[in-house]
Amino acid sequence: MTELKLPSIEYGAIAPILIMLGAALLGVLVEAFVPRRLRHWTQLLLALAAVFAALAMVVVHADTRLVTIGGAIAVDGPTLFLQGAILILAAMALLLIGERSVERGGYFVAQAAVTAESADDRRQAEGASGATEVYPLTTFAIGGMLIFVSANDLLTMFIALEVFSLPLYLLCALARRRRLLSQEASMKYFLLGAYASAFFLFGVALVYGFTAGTPGRSAGVDFATVHAAVSGSPASPLLLFAGIALLSIGLLFKAAAAPFHVWTPDVYQGAPTPVTGFMAACTKVAAFGALLRVFHVAFGGAAWDFTPVIGAVAVLTMLVGAVLAVTQTDIKRLLAYSSIANAGYLLVGVLAPSKDGLSGTMFYLVAYGFSVLAAFAVVTLVRDADGEATHLSRWAGLGRRSPFFAGIFTFILLAFAGIPLTSGFTSKFAIFAPALDANQAWLVVAGVLTSMVLAFPYLRVVVMMWLSEPGESTPTVAVPGGLTAAALMIGVAATLVLGVAPAPLLDLASGAAEFVR
Amino acid sequence: MEQTVEYAQATGLLGSVWLLVAIPLVSAAILLLLGRRADRWGHWLGVGAVGAAFVLGLTYFFQLRGLENKSVERSLWQFIVVGDLKVDFGLLFDPLAAVFVLLITGVGFLIHLYAVEYMAHDEGRRRFFGYFNLFVAAMLLLVLGNNYVMLYFGWEGVGLASYLLISFWYERPSAATAGKKAFLMNRVGDAGLAIGIFIMFATLGTTQYDEVFNGISGLAGGTVLVLGLLLLLGATGKSGQFPLQAWLPDAMEGPTPVSALIHAATMVTAGVYLIARSNPIFSANATLQLVVVSVGALTLLIGCVIGAAKDDIKRVLAWSTVSQIGYMFLGVGLGGAAYALAIVHLLAHGFFKANMFLGAGSVMHGMNDQVDIRRFGNLSKYMKVTWLTFMMGWLAIIGMFPFSGFFSKEPIIVAAFEREGWTAWLFGLAALLGAGLTAFYMTRLFVLTFHGPARWTEDIEHPHESPKLMTIPLILLAIGSVGAGALMAGPVPKWLEATAGLGGQEAAHEAVLSHAVITVLSLLVTVLGAGLAWMLFRNGTATAPQPAGVLVTAARRNLYTDAVNEAVFEKPGIFLTRALVYLDNRGVDGLVNGLAAGVGGGSGRLRRLQTGFVRSYATSILAGALLVVAAFLAVQAGWLA
Repeated sequence: MTELKLPSIEYGAIAPILIMLGAALLGVLVEAFVPRRLRHWTQLLLALAAVFAALAMVVVHADTRLVTIGGAIAVDGPTLFLQGAILILAAMALLLIGERSVERGGYFVAQAAVTAESADDRRQAEGASGATEVYPLTTFAIGGMLIFVSANDLLTMFIALEVFSLPLYLLCALARRRRLLSQEASMKYFLLGAYASAFFLFGVALVYGFTAGTPGRSAGVDFATVHAAVSGSPASPLLLFAGIALLSIGLLFKAAAAPFHVWTPDVYQGAPTPVTGFMAACTKVAAFGALLRVFHVAFGGAAWDFTPVIGAVAVLTMLVGAVLAVTQTDIKRLLAYSSIANAGYLLVGVLAPSKDGLSGTMFYLVAYGFSVLAAFAVVTLVRDADGEATHLSRWAGLGRRSPFFAGIFTFILLAFAGIPLTSGFTSKFAIFAPALDANQAWLVVAGVLTSMVLAFPYLRVVVMMWLSEPGESTPTVAVPGGLTAAALMIGVAATLVLGVAPAPLLDLASGAAEFVR
Repeated sequence: MEQTVEYAQATGLLGSVWLLVAIPLVSAAILLLLGRRADRWGHWLGVGAVGAAFVLGLTYFFQLRGLENKSVERSLWQFIVVGDLKVDFGLLFDPLAAVFVLLITGVGFLIHLYAVEYMAHDEGRRRFFGYFNLFVAAMLLLVLGNNYVMLYFGWEGVGLASYLLISFWYERPSAATAGKKAFLMNRVGDAGLAIGIFIMFATLGTTQYDEVFNGISGLAGGTVLVLGLLLLLGATGKSGQFPLQAWLPDAMEGPTPVSALIHAATMVTAGVYLIARSNPIFSANATLQLVVVSVGALTLLIGCVIGAAKDDIKRVLAWSTVSQIGYMFLGVGLGGAAYALAIVHLLAHGFFKANMFLGAGSVMHGMNDQVDIRRFGNLSKYMKVTWLTFMMGWLAIIGMFPFSGFFSKEPIIVAAFEREGWTAWLFGLAALLGAGLTAFYMTRLFVLTFHGPARWTEDIEHPHESPKLMTIPLILLAIGSVGAGALMAGPVPKWLEATAGLGGQEAAHEAVLSHAVITVLSLLVTVLGAGLAWMLFRNGTATAPQPAGVLVTAARRNLYTDAVNEAVFEKPGIFLTRALVYLDNRGVDGLVNGLAAGVGGGSGRLRRLQTGFVRSYATSILAGALLVVAAFLAVQAGWLA
């Protein structure tokens, strides 16, 4: 009988992941055993406590650089930076998810099983306490994202992808109002997500085949093996490139890059707004974290070959996002297209193969996450009797009704437009400068031109809010509860600070910009 | 000879130079954030802030005069420091910046004062002053930054403020359209500037003025050319020069003080500032200088021709602005000592153009906001102050001796004749022709407005002169129009010579004509042009549009530049949008959702109208996947390499 050798596990280094998954399991038990009226606060506090504990572990292990669990998880600078980013942004998203004073009972349906549009449904919409399953679901998703950015082989990455995607599909379906829209969004996201996962898995299989026969190594899908195979495998490079193509499709789908972005506007619009914010901020970080690792660590040796293709995808993504944003009339769809365009800019950073490119991309992810969460926080507040008023025509004259919130939203839009002294400017700067250094001038030119186009829809909203008379149908801005107010203030403050004095965070990102293999 | 650019550290009083930007900015923040509560006194805060900045600017100016090295910089904090990227948040106060600061705050103060009365009946006056102060702060940041990123901050800031101010009268759809046009055309220029700054980073690793200027000699000629052309694109966008001139006249939809401050005296000169500041870059490449000179010469003629065919008082003035800035581009493009002449003309223009714009506002104020000069006439009897002050501006712009335009424009014409070979004749004669045309259309404007028979619309019985708060700034600006040129022609170029990295270069060639001949010629064409216009329009003009020949029709239609823009930019843009919308097959949902919200239906109807089928999404993902895989394989096979 051969002896079974267990891989060594550095529990300390993977503690953030363990904490989040443990808290999620605990959350399921809370659902079962804690009385209904206590559940909301218990769950919220549990989730937040887990996030902060995990964050503390990330900080404690800030200097750890290792590969553990038999090469499945890599804990290095980018892992820790991105995990920290996901956790901080997730904490903000949890604050929005937990808000109950803006909408009676919260933004989530009380019982997801009730048929939409039925009498029961109308009764629950009146203000029954919302489902508290959202907290364990969110916690699972966060845990999955933490694994996703630290995965050091393609199978672990695939499992992490599913771990964070499945809860998100469910969360999208749980809106209290406009439930059919919400369920439709969830269904679309699920079907297309499964479809994209299949591409990813097919890519993994091809890459596995490619690694077979590498001198001195057995076949495998961990990044060290793939890296060695890229330069030394005798197998046909066709396998490798078809594999990279299919793998990247799976990841680009999550990152919402064109032409794999089609789900984004529908899902962003249909999902409950706090969940949309969570997806726009945290899923973006996770997806790009994985893209960075795959392209830099596993396939770095093939950069010459994938750069033109992914570059073309980046340009197409910017173009689609910027041009279609111009025609949008719904604020959530507008933000969805803006998020697509931002995916294009981020891809420019992914393709800059230097340390500055890596740190710039990570900085961009954090800066964009703060701004986009603040933007969706404002969206949750602009409402009328039927819930959120997301049609843009309804926002006309908002500046007269509530100058404070219109001012905050204006500031966020200016940040999206990349106006200087906001984080939008510094982050674009941090990405475009290294790309130019890497001789990717065409990407930078496309980026600058599309961001000029993209500024237009943003400023149109600004002009509409401030320079139009409020009409009969201009909604009021609800007074935010403490949770939303906190999330909003954190987002706005971060957008300002990262715009005026970005140096500390850039330093941090720069110090963390080195992968282990 | 290589000049090394060195800036000294700001000490003493000059250390607080950041106050110049901070004061208007804080005032703008107060005005915009306090809301209605500030309605009663807000406009005085706005005026006071700019006045304080002017006094402060004067103080700094006298401080600077006493210094040995007249270029001092004040680094406030390190803005971005990562790896090779280093950007200072710093300010630079040197003779060039000082001149601009005084112009912006000085003329700005007078225009603010005028606006208090002009906007008195507008309930948005406080908001207006808020944007106005925001503009002044951004403009000051633009001229005070010590690197290109700071300049870009100010650049974006003035663009934003200008967009808001043009759209200020939002109830007019034309104002909103004009705001959009200004915004889009400016964005084209801004993109050029942004890419230029990125190129500086990639090639020189810095954007600090001194380091860029010292490093420029180490760059390849082609790189300098591209860099310069991109900066020029930025400059043409902001300054309304060919090929991005079309937005400036449309921008006249904004309130008149805005036209005076932003679209005549200050913001549109930002392009001239950019080129003057980047003088070491432009002097490093002769082709580059030729391009700048050509843009200037072409634009100054375009502006004159179109200006002669327009009937809207503000639009004529706007085209004359385009044309006069053409002269400034001509000057800065000539390089060497001529760039200082362009700055003198810029200052003189700041006075006389602001004067005429405010005069036009005063006329409109008395004539129920009429802007058609065919509907004016004989106003010299009723609006004495406006008439006399406008006359000073008119004499100044046509370059009549001894008014300011003569001292500022004529040296540029002389300098144009000092170029090498045939280009001396080409650009010299273009400048001379421009002077004649300017005299013609400005005289037409002046005569049709103030002299000849009255051709007023029926609702006007007795035009009235504007109140004191409006006429006092007019009188002060008129004094500037008379005297500024003669006073500045000598000392200002001398003062500017102390700007590090600029000046100190003599013209390389003798003029092809003697100085005296050119002077006589330019006075002659001026008198001819003015006399011709006087003869033609002394007895008024028809109040309805007249049939016209090819040239006049073309000029009325802005020499078909709008049509070209439409064909080159707008049509493809619309086509691209449609194509993408079609490909995306969900872009129309905006319309669909709008419909649904309008009907106010429940989610059932909304859902039915959501046409995004999962199957079509999946198909497009599949198509995209096939494309990506095919592209990868193509790259691998070397087909795309």
